[in-house]
Amino acid sequence: MTPTEEMNGSGNLMDFLDEPIPDVGTYEDFHTIDWLREKSRDTDRHRKIASKSKESIWEFIKSLLDAWSGWVVMLLIGLLSGTLAGVIDLAVDWMTDLKEGVCLSAFWYSHEQCCWTSNETTFDDRDKCPQWQKWSELMTGHTLGAGAYLLNYFLYVSWALLFSFLAVSLVRVFAPYACGSGIPEIKTILSGFIIRGYLGKWTLLIKTVTLVLAVSSLFSKYSKNEGKRREVLSAAAAAGVSVAFGAPIGGVLFSLEEVSYYFPLKTLWRSFFAALVAAFTLRSINPFGNSRLVLFYVEYHTPWYMAELVPFILLGVFGGLWGTLFIRANIAWCRRRKTTRLGRYPVLEVMAVTGITAILAFPNPYTRRSTSELISELFNDCGALESSQLCDYVNDPNMTRPVDDIPDRPAGPGVYSALWQLALALIFKIVITIFTFGMKIPSGLFIPSMAVGAIAGRIVGIAVEQMAYHHHDWIIFKNWCRPGADCVTPGLYAMVGAAACLGGVTRMTVSLVVIMFELTGGLEYIVPLMAAAVTSKWVADAFGKEGIYEAHIQLNGYPFLDVKDEFTHRTLATDVMRPRRGEPPLAVLTQEGTTVEDVEALIKDTDYNGFPVVVSRESERLIGFVQRRDLILAIKNARQKQDGVVSNSVVYFTEDAPQLPASNPQPLKLRRILNLSPFTVTDHTPMETVVDIFRKLGLRQCLVTRSGRLLGIITKKDVLRHMAQMMNQDPESIMFN
Amino acid sequence: MSRFEFSLHLFSSVCFLLLLSIQTTNAKSSEDIRCKCICPPYKDVLGQIYNQNVSLKDCNCLHVVEPMPVEGKDVEAYCLRCECKYEERSSGTIKVTIIIYLSILGLLLLYMVYLTLLEPVLKRRLFGHSQLIQSDDDVGDQQPFANAHDVLSRSRSRSNMLNKVEHAQQRWKRQVQEQRKSVFDRHVVLS
Repeated sequence: MTPTEEMNGSGNLMDFLDEPIPDVGTYEDFHTIDWLREKSRDTDRHRKIASKSKESIWEFIKSLLDAWSGWVVMLLIGLLSGTLAGVIDLAVDWMTDLKEGVCLSAFWYSHEQCCWTSNETTFDDRDKCPQWQKWSELMTGHTLGAGAYLLNYFLYVSWALLFSFLAVSLVRVFAPYACGSGIPEIKTILSGFIIRGYLGKWTLLIKTVTLVLAVSSLFSKYSKNEGKRREVLSAAAAAGVSVAFGAPIGGVLFSLEEVSYYFPLKTLWRSFFAALVAAFTLRSINPFGNSRLVLFYVEYHTPWYMAELVPFILLGVFGGLWGTLFIRANIAWCRRRKTTRLGRYPVLEVMAVTGITAILAFPNPYTRRSTSELISELFNDCGALESSQLCDYVNDPNMTRPVDDIPDRPAGPGVYSALWQLALALIFKIVITIFTFGMKIPSGLFIPSMAVGAIAGRIVGIAVEQMAYHHHDWIIFKNWCRPGADCVTPGLYAMVGAAACLGGVTRMTVSLVVIMFELTGGLEYIVPLMAAAVTSKWVADAFGKEGIYEAHIQLNGYPFLDVKDEFTHRTLATDVMRPRRGEPPLAVLTQEGTTVEDVEALIKDTDYNGFPVVVSRESERLIGFVQRRDLILAIKNARQKQDGVVSNSVVYFTEDAPQLPASNPQPLKLRRILNLSPFTVTDHTPMETVVDIFRKLGLRQCLVTRSGRLLGIITKKDVLRHMAQMMNQDPESIMFN
Repeated sequence: MSRFEFSLHLFSSVCFLLLLSIQTTNAKSSEDIRCKCICPPYKDVLGQIYNQNVSLKDCNCLHVVEPMPVEGKDVEAYCLRCECKYEERSSGTIKVTIIIYLSILGLLLLYMVYLTLLEPVLKRRLFGHSQLIQSDDDVGDQQPFANAHDVLSRSRSRSNMLNKVEHAQQRWKRQVQEQRKSVFDRHVVLS
């Protein structure tokens, strides 16, 4: 009989004592879920509902509700994500601009919104309007001059410090789990590890509120995740990316590729639905007008040429190298933060990093503004209408062509100075992101890496463009770049660079390309994006196999068995199982014959998560496996509820009570907490197979037998330690069970 | 539905309905639509930007660019280079969202100030020193990841409403304290 039938209470009269024990089947915090058990319980629940649904209309309705409840949850998640995304977008926009000035007519408008109805008409004044005033203008009445500049500088830094201080205090007081990007933790939770409170409402609230503060104090946006069950969480991740970047399909693929451990078709459908609802909600809220769902919309459709693949591949190499550098440096810095005194002062650290960043960022106009705006500007091509310095090309005043077909032009002085500033901004961003990712406030990685890539790409693009203009007669340019034709689009290089850097850091492939072309709307440019993504992944993988999220998982010692690793060593199950030679023998329970007192002593003396149950100590034939937590709860419940159960009572796991003399106290039946189908392998099973079994089934532990006799046990932690050992990493870094 | 699903339902419906109601109750004020035409420099006319509150079908160069800076046959050439975009926004949504956000932030900050500064002072004054020591004690368990569950089960006797709230708050504070220890002090989770 399987344990599921037992739980249904099918049995004889003696089972009247078998009412369900409260809390049995739940998990301790920071322990691993046993997926097989969860799956069988879920199937059980379904079967019970399905059988009951034939009894009455009410039961039928309840079964319908149960079937629909999954979709309803997805709908709610989509609504919530979309709403939160709208709120965050608006609040971030407003607070970022708050650092520089304020709108006098209505304080809740950002710069762009404040000047929406202005009547300024000349090109020079397009960004100014009387309702929006910088702080220096408000306080002293001056707009230009050293005094005003210093005042603006000072206020910018102070606002940034204030925001980050608020963010870190809120996180510290209300929801310490809201720190960081959360993706490593989500990956681990999805693979079956329990972190109680991580997905709580306080964490969500604080993450939302402080994310706005954190973004406006210079850091960057990322996706939101919330959900409870595994499938719900995967779908929520998809919905999050969908609204954060306006990339619904990319969100689903991101969830599939990066976040989820187990992604069957059902989860795919659900995630798709959730992403759809989220995108729809955000669109209907429409915070910005323009129905702007796409973050970095590019409006050009100029073709690219085969010869341009060379610089694209070079950008891919740059992305891979930067990814490696970033991962190594960030992990080293985080490790130092974890182990030394530096980590004792998180608030101070956040304030110091913010202060330094703000101080260094203000002078350079490319770093002063928000990173999303920077990326937007870098992605965009220079039509005749752009006013930024980057588009300060020397125009031919007698030109009569329409706007879209501007031929190659030599760069004006503005472009050269912009190039210098961009190069400085690049170095600044590379260095600063290493220190900011992992700090004790919510922060993310997508936008900073895209910014680094976009800057590098734009620089390369402008270089190629100018080379093409000044050297039309070179062989490479001769075929596709006639004088007077528009050959090179620097904005495209920026896009490719952004994709390369993001791919180098996270090692995403398909989802990256889809997110990029959904972000920009540039369907013509899929091939360059793919080329860059592939190159950067190859280059980065040559130096280290892990992306940033896997590296953080490893740093924190979460028990995450990665599906992407391959195990190719020729060890056997006996080499990994416990107890090893020289260790105390396995702690087992016998089918009958142990007293309650013995069991309690066993629980107190050891800290194993479960105990195998054998027929007897001589024969050692395996009956089943019982979890520690279930034992504790069952015994406690028995002592409270059942009369006659004392310390000398015999504990039995068989169907019928053992024959005992009448003078013995009442025996305790614990068959319902016994798992009668524990997974077993023989001692000569190769570890390759064992690792595969653990991965595919999501096991927590596995028993090792020889000729039916129990030899030992392999837990997930043992498997992870063994893999770490085989890869020459520190096996003691795996901390959790 | 479980408690989680219920609170999720409630929260998201409230948010969505609120924002949707703003959309519908606010009539589209004429301020919220515009047509923006950007015209680059042409011959000796400087670059200009024109804004007007017109609807989508009237959003083109001829309706928006007033007064037309060029004459007669140049108008077509000039207009060809102009780029006109129709934009709309919802000022009501922006206003309500920012105000809601600021009020939530303000409430959280006030609550934070209360928790960190005022509550110990008040407690000390009302209950004396001994209670404070007892509630600060790390209840027994030195195990890193203890459930607040077990601790909680001991004090089930009170039934008063205020005591229940107090109770829930104590439990939540303990959980946050555990989280804080894991994250900030021992650096066990979240680097």
